[in-house]
This record gives sequence, structure tokens and C-alpha cells, in this order.
Amino acid sequence: MDLNAPHTMGTTIIGVTYNGGVVLGADSRTSTGMYVANRASDKITQLTDNVYICRSGSAADSQIVSDYVRYFLHQHTIQLGQPATVKVAANLVRLVSYNNKNMLETGLIVGGWDKYEGGKIYAIPLGGTIIEQPFAVGGSGSTYLYGFFDQAWKEGMTKDEAEQLVVKAVSLAIARDGASGGVIRTVIINSEGVTRNFYPGDSLPLWHEELPPQNSLLEVLHSSSPEPMNM
Amino acid sequence: MNLMDSTHSNPMSLCSQADSQRTLYPYVTGTSVIGVKYKDGILMAADMGGSYGSTLRYKSVERMKPIGKHSLLGASGEISDFQEILRYLDELILYDNMWDDGNSLGPKEVHSYLTRVMYNRRNKFNPLWNSLVLGGVKNGQKYLGTVSMIGVHFEDNHVATGFGNHLARPILRDEWHEDLSFEDGVKLLEKCMRVLLYRDRSAVNKLQIAKITEEGVTISQPYSLKTFWGFSAFQNPTVGAEGSW
Repeated sequence: MDLNAPHTMGTTIIGVTYNGGVVLGADSRTSTGMYVANRASDKITQLTDNVYICRSGSAADSQIVSDYVRYFLHQHTIQLGQPATVKVAANLVRLVSYNNKNMLETGLIVGGWDKYEGGKIYAIPLGGTIIEQPFAVGGSGSTYLYGFFDQAWKEGMTKDEAEQLVVKAVSLAIARDGASGGVIRTVIINSEGVTRNFYPGDSLPLWHEELPPQNSLLEVLHSSSPEPMNM
Repeated sequence: MNLMDSTHSNPMSLCSQADSQRTLYPYVTGTSVIGVKYKDGILMAADMGGSYGSTLRYKSVERMKPIGKHSLLGASGEISDFQEILRYLDELILYDNMWDDGNSLGPKEVHSYLTRVMYNRRNKFNPLWNSLVLGGVKNGQKYLGTVSMIGVHFEDNHVATGFGNHLARPILRDEWHEDLSFEDGVKLLEKCMRVLLYRDRSAVNKLQIAKITEEGVTISQPYSLKTFWGFSAFQNPTVGAEGSW
């Protein structure tokens, strides 16, 4: 076990726009090599009252980038006299990522709501590119979701449809990506404010080759007869 | 000394001439196996995952198999090498049966054979990339041993491979005792498997528990464990420390 391996959030992160706002989602696994250092991390971090950021890649790098951006945005909000727009927040993230591209290893998704543009999602992958998208996926688990979203994403979803889609998607990624796991956290941002939700690991749907959880083999053995043991 | 599976280690390449085939690094791997001695014999547990790097590719891989009449073999590491080992053992048992002399290979003998195979492969810089747990009962004598990919081998009352070395063995050292009942043994193994599920990235929530007694081998049907996420600290861990974990 390499205890000197950097803390990375292998991760699955998602941001989806819907009719009225955005839904951000993430898993909760932070690993040091193959060891799960934190099984209930919070990867969706606040930048301002109305803008949040999903972090993936190096835990240290993503934290420091969001700390800097939160600091700049705070000053910007004071100067501007009103809440910062999602676009400004995302571009500040881009500047930090781009200008330090040789040193940083973090992929980010910025999502929020402002009164000018409504709900917006911006993806900022490694290197510091900024891409505005109706939905974005990131982290190691995202590779398992491109096909899923190609098929399942639709324009003009409701808040509940969007959140269900995000939870389903993160759950599918967790099923196949060893670097993703734990609980699913979602953050919904719209004109009314911000809602945080929590979906524990045992409440998620089961996928192919997964079985309903039991308390113990002893219960399985005592509940069914004939004996379910096989040679 | 590295006693566990190294799924990410460098190839041992001191010889530079052209090789026909040798395992440089593993591809499809299984994670921890745990074994304990209990009142009637041996209990062993392993999940059913076959990882392909960080992808949880195969989720119904049986990593524990009966060997002959008296032994049970569990393996972590490269699955193809495990399958090759099963072929070697199959041949070994076949030849043993062909003697038709009423004698049969016990767990101690099978363990010794495996140790020789693993060590000799290691000496040729072409290891079978596995950590093995071999348990069994013969004539009332319980036996539980382990062999690694470099030929390190020993027996004990409780053994584990891979991450199990770090996460399960401390629990077993504290809670194992002589003459565990079947129920207590199963609960102890499940406790270890649950910790592995939380903390080992390559663990998969589908496992089997196998037992071997004088009567024979039984491997349970696959099942999943419940996990607990209800700590209040998990709800909003970054309240008051925005930007942290």
C-alpha cells in the first residue's frame, strides 16, 4: 500500500441544466493509491451563494483552486455590488487552471444560477479549457457515462427528472469505477436558492450482477430452505 | 519485504534476452482473500470481483475452489494465473487418484506443492501473480496456509491476502479465538469483508463464504453485505470548513 501516493478523488462528477436551474452531483470517494482515505467526502464545494463547483483529480489541487476562486469572487461581489454570475466564476476557475497548467491536475465543473442567464454549467478539464455545456461529466467515472448520457439526456427536463438522472448516472459509474464510490451528493441551484441532498450507498439502485444487500450469510441460510449451498 | 500482491509494481526485469512469454504485470485481478480456522475446520471468504485496472469489470468471478477431497484454495491476483494453477492441481489430484491406493493428498501436501511451484516460477523471473490461501481438514487435523507470488509461505490460525493483510488481520488478531462456532466465524469474516468493502477500492459487494470440514467443501451462493452510511458526520461534512472534504 503506497501511503505516499497523493490523495486523488478518482471520482464521478456531473452537472446538468434543467428548466429553471442546475443539478450538480458527485460520488464521495477519496483515495490514497488503492486505499479509500475518505468514504464520505464532499466534492461539491461552494464558491458563492449561487455558484458551486464539482472537484475531481488531485484533492489538494482542486481544493486550492476553489479556495483561490472563492477569495477572488468574494472581492468581486463586493466591488460589483451584486451576486457574481456563473460565467465570471467559471472564467476565474479557468484562469487559475490555465495559468498553472504545468503544476495542477484537476478537472472541474462549475454550475450555478444567476438572474441574467439562468442555470448554467461550465466544464473546465485539465489544461484550463472552458466549455459551456447543457450537461457535463467528469472524473474517472465519467468514461462509463458518455454512452449513457448520449441516450438519456433530454432538453427541458424538470428539476426532479434532472436530479433522478444525475443520481442514476453517478450510481452507474460507481458500479464500474473502482475510484468512485460511497454516497451520492447532489446540489440543486435555482432562483429559489440551493438544496443539498444525500443518497447513502445502500439506497442506490442495483445494476447488472449486483445483489440486494443482506445483514449476514447466516440470515440467508436460515431464511430459505432447501440449503442454498452448492458444491 | 513485500508480502502482498503488487498490482502496480514494476516488472522484475534483470534479464534482457528475448523471452517467450512472461507475466510482467497483472491484468484481471482479484482482491483480498481471508481465511480462519474454526471449530469444525476452515472458513474462507472472498469477493467475486475481477478488476481490470481501476474498472470493476467482472463481478461474478469465483476465487475459491475445492481441491481434491480435503482442500480449499482461494486466490487473489491475476485470474488467468489462478486458472493455470487450478489446471496444475487438477493434474496433481488426477495422478494421485490413479494410484488407487486409498491415500489422498491432504492440505499440507497441496500447500507444499503450491509453494514449490510459486517459488520455482519466481526464480525464473516469471511468477504466477497470485497470493494463495490454502485451507483444509484431514483426519481431524485442521490446516490453513498461505503462499505469495514470490514463494513466501507460512501457516497460521488466520491469514489474509492483499488489502486483507492491512485491514482484516488486525481485526482477526483481536477477535479470533480457538474453537469459533460456525456462526461466530461467519460474523467475523463478514466484519472483515465489510471493512474491506468500505476501504479497498477494488472490492466489490458480492461475496462468497466457503467452509471445509472433515465432511467436505461447501461454497455459499453469492450474496451482498449491507453497508452503513448513517453517521451524522457524513451528512454535511464541510459545514464550517467550506472547501475541505
